[in-house]
Amino acid sequence: MFDYLYLVPLLPLATFIINGLFRTRLSKGVVQGLAVAAPGLSFALSVALFFGLLGLNPAHRSVEQVLFAWIPIGNLQLDIAFLLDPLSSVMIMVVSGVGFLIHVYSIGYMAHDPGVKRFFIYMNLFMFSMLTLVLANNLILLFIGWEGVGLCSYLLISFWFTKKSATDAGNKAFIVNRIGDFGFLLGGFIIFWAAGTLQFNELATRAPHVFTIGGGAITAATLLLFLGATGKSAQIPLYIWLPDAMEGPTPVSALIHAATMVTAGVYMLARLNFLFILAPTSMLVVAIVGCATAFVAATIGLAQNDIKRVLAYSTISQLGYMIMACGVAAFAAGIFHLMTHAFFKALLFLGSGSVIHAMSDEQDMRKMGGLKKQLPVTYVTFLMATLAISGIPLFSGFFSKDEILWKSFSSGHGSIIFWIVGVITAMLTAFYMFRLLYMTFFGQPRYDKHTAEHLHESPKVMTVPLVILAILSVIGGWIGLPHSLGGGAWFEKFLEPVMTHAGGGGEAVAVHHASVSTEYLLMAITVVLVLVFIYIAYYLYVKNTAKAGSLRQSLSGVHKMIYNKYWVDEFYWAIIVRPVVNGAIFLWKVADVLIIDGIANGLARLVGDISETFRRAQNGYLRAYLTIFLIGAVVVIGFLVVR
Amino acid sequence: MVPLDYYIILSAFLFAVGVVGVIVSRNLIVMFMGVEIMLNAANLALMAFSRHLKLMDGQVLVFLVMTLAAAEAAVGLAIIIAVFRGRESVNADHLNLMKW
Repeated sequence: MFDYLYLVPLLPLATFIINGLFRTRLSKGVVQGLAVAAPGLSFALSVALFFGLLGLNPAHRSVEQVLFAWIPIGNLQLDIAFLLDPLSSVMIMVVSGVGFLIHVYSIGYMAHDPGVKRFFIYMNLFMFSMLTLVLANNLILLFIGWEGVGLCSYLLISFWFTKKSATDAGNKAFIVNRIGDFGFLLGGFIIFWAAGTLQFNELATRAPHVFTIGGGAITAATLLLFLGATGKSAQIPLYIWLPDAMEGPTPVSALIHAATMVTAGVYMLARLNFLFILAPTSMLVVAIVGCATAFVAATIGLAQNDIKRVLAYSTISQLGYMIMACGVAAFAAGIFHLMTHAFFKALLFLGSGSVIHAMSDEQDMRKMGGLKKQLPVTYVTFLMATLAISGIPLFSGFFSKDEILWKSFSSGHGSIIFWIVGVITAMLTAFYMFRLLYMTFFGQPRYDKHTAEHLHESPKVMTVPLVILAILSVIGGWIGLPHSLGGGAWFEKFLEPVMTHAGGGGEAVAVHHASVSTEYLLMAITVVLVLVFIYIAYYLYVKNTAKAGSLRQSLSGVHKMIYNKYWVDEFYWAIIVRPVVNGAIFLWKVADVLIIDGIANGLARLVGDISETFRRAQNGYLRAYLTIFLIGAVVVIGFLVVR
Repeated sequence: MVPLDYYIILSAFLFAVGVVGVIVSRNLIVMFMGVEIMLNAANLALMAFSRHLKLMDGQVLVFLVMTLAAAEAAVGLAIIIAVFRGRESVNADHLNLMKW
């Protein structure tokens, strides 16, 4: 059963190769069929593997499959090997499941695009890279997947490569991610230098012996690894690429820039929890960065008008929650939120894709409105996702977000400040999500006649994935029902072997013994505040829209600041990009053209000038040559005689 | 018996005549004759030394040089005829295409 583990990443790779090599020979239908079948089969296999894993004793739920030795150099023994444990099992189900639904949806969404074959080829390559990333049993194989998803992200953001803004966005995503990857690699080197292994299971057993808690090596290594996570998971200071990544096709935004790839950083933190737990300073940094990102991104999301941009900032904000959860040692809660977020954020993006599709590629919410009647399926599913992300009780987002907020308050690494900022972010989240919902689906239509004529609900192939994701968004959180609400915290228990086998992690960390009543109280406060903000959004954007305008007027300074995203892009441009570009221009014009080319060309010109003079000697007159020859002979012989 | 010096002086004189003939003359055939005179000047010197040192090596060498001179005359004259056919001239100064 577990012998088939390698097929999970291999199936998308196989279809990638087949479609990639025979792209011109195969018909569109065959390419689509293969491309969709691969993640579907991977998902079926993942589910089977999951149940196989459930059949094992919880202590032995870690299956390794070594395919072959990859890099055996002295101490460094790296294999192409896959590791199936509760954490990777959950991840492959989320990645292949959500990925499969988005592939199906893409058949409808990309139907009229001339590059549809190329699209599916890239998507399959992405599925392969992401599944390799989550199944890798060592840090370097994980890094291969990590770079692979980065490449696919670049390729798919600039999918419409004739558009300047799309290629710019692709470049930005790739370059910003390179900064993170640099940190990731350095972190990996430090770990190998100190521990002598990069394999996760070995590392977990060795780490407590080779690293001292809070020591310099472990702190530096984890901080550098976290830099990698901030790149991939779009955290401060490297979050700026994600909003621009919305230039890609909407299914790409859903799959890569919301549901799966951007969660790779969170996955990496959870996978290496036994290292992070040894570095309290790093944990604090992780928690603060996550918390700050959640808040900052949520405030920016308040004032954006592009439907996909709001969702992009919301993604950054939710990723901030997950990172914060890891920072307070609630790794299981982070993964839980990762999963529920994958459901409802994929749904939100696919829903917005359905809206954009219906609106003839209009993304500005100010030109929408009143779409509730025209797009009933999209509206209902979108509403489910909005309720889930806002954290309305019984919806999936409520359980996972509440878990994170509770842990940020109660965990030994937590603090009341994290909780307060988390709750404020939750309020803002509810506000901007309902603002988006109201501006898009409620009120008077603000689109023109031409658009109205083409307005139509999306075809079945797009709505069915929406409905499935909506169901998951509603019930997906119930597997992690906390004790306080009568559940068994089943999800956390399932992940426990991964989170504690290093002697650190979830349960081993000291917990403030806060009572269940405190938990109820905090939960109630959050829910009430969220409901209040939903009502405010309703009041401003449905009931009394004039008020929203006047409010914007009176807060024009603040509005301008968040509308312009705190001028962070401009700041980076002035502080980092401009000097680098100017430095590059300097090196190009002065160091390269003037000095290096000058030396090379100057030498060539010198030789040229000299030979220009001397070549006159070759005048073609035989007798002149003979004379010179004679003189030479006389000189040589004369020299020999005289000497 | 004629002393060695006389032979050497005659040989040197003949060689000089040959060199001057090659350098001064513009006619390829005259230049060619100059070359032949130089070869024979060398032959004379070889013979003189051979006699003087009582060694046969010099005489062997002379045969070789004579063979070479015969071959050279055949090939050289053929070239000069080919040149003349092409350009209606055997003036060395007109054959100056191979230059910078």
